[in-house]
Amino acid sequence: MKIDMNKRDSVIRMTGINPRTCMKCGKCSATCPSFDEMEYHPHQFISLVEAGRVDELMASESLYNCLACMACLERCPRGVEPAKFVEAVRNLKLREHGGNHLAPEAIPEMLDADLPQQAIVSAFRKYSK
Amino acid sequence: MIFSYYPGCTLRTRAKDLDVYARKCALALGVELVEPKDWQCCGVVYPLAGDEIAHRLSAVRVLQDAQSRSVSVLTVCSACHNVLKQCAYDLKNDADFRNKANAYSEFDIPVTGEVDVVHYLEMLRDTVGFDTIKQKVVNPLTGKKIGAYYGCLLLRPGKKMGFDDPENPAIIEEFIKALGAEPVIYPYRNECCGGYVTLENKPLAQKKSQTVLESAKEMGAECVITACPLCLYNLKKNGGDTLPVYYFTELLAEALGVK
Repeated sequence: MKIDMNKRDSVIRMTGINPRTCMKCGKCSATCPSFDEMEYHPHQFISLVEAGRVDELMASESLYNCLACMACLERCPRGVEPAKFVEAVRNLKLREHGGNHLAPEAIPEMLDADLPQQAIVSAFRKYSK
Repeated sequence: MIFSYYPGCTLRTRAKDLDVYARKCALALGVELVEPKDWQCCGVVYPLAGDEIAHRLSAVRVLQDAQSRSVSVLTVCSACHNVLKQCAYDLKNDADFRNKANAYSEFDIPVTGEVDVVHYLEMLRDTVGFDTIKQKVVNPLTGKKIGAYYGCLLLRPGKKMGFDDPENPAIIEEFIKALGAEPVIYPYRNECCGGYVTLENKPLAQKKSQTVLESAKEMGAECVITACPLCLYNLKKNGGDTLPVYYFTELLAEALGVK
């Protein structure tokens, strides 16, 4: 397990939130609609960032299953707002050279006649830089 | 009352019903909608990482335009509303972001965030009034049991959106009552439909959308209404034909007799 305190500091800078504020109550994970799809659950994101284990999170598919529904963010009793940590770690990954998760070439195959443009732009904003 | 009506990209293409009925109903209710010139996409999703400045600039342009004309922005699409409302909050409360947005954009009149972003439902509640709507209804939807689907973007984050109680909202239920129908409260009305994940992970979107509709059906809803084109898509395409789903503006138009 690799500890990278620089990446930890980057995530804290991007979220503006101190992960040590978390009291590990698990409410975020209990309310997460993607819980079953997350290798690391929202409360674990906070713990791993706090420990500097950001590389493990950056390599996880969990980054792309967050729905950005903001349920964890709304319901956190300590204002830790886990969704911001997921987004910050995903951005660290996307901002690496070749780190994009969604390529424009892949889009045509995903389209159907009813899919709103909103979905495509959202996905690009979340999965590509 | 005049609003700067911001339709957004999806309402021009895949969500025409949401737009067309919003305009017809505004006319029937005496609300004037003026579409800004040369508007462009709002950015669709609000960046949750604070160091993303550029992703918020398209929303800033919409806000600056309305601010310079001293009008409130009126939105219909939940996604547009979320981005514009949160960016207006940031401009007002985050000096660093405000400075960067102005430095980048070179506006004639600097943007300050002193502009109201009002959702169509809020306009119906606060400007027109649900009592007035009740009086103007010519085809009451009597006996129809309707589930309000709020989803995420109208409500969260509650502190910035100020739309309604994020955990126990009532505005769409009051709207349904004004149309003469019966609102159905169900547990998943403010939980996620799956959103943009439908593009990459359809089974996840299917699971989420089906849960929402099954929850509404179990509590006795005959149909569900929404303000979001992506929610409508997910519930219809990924929700397993559980219940019919409509835009709230379509039902309003029907009740006001302008459909």
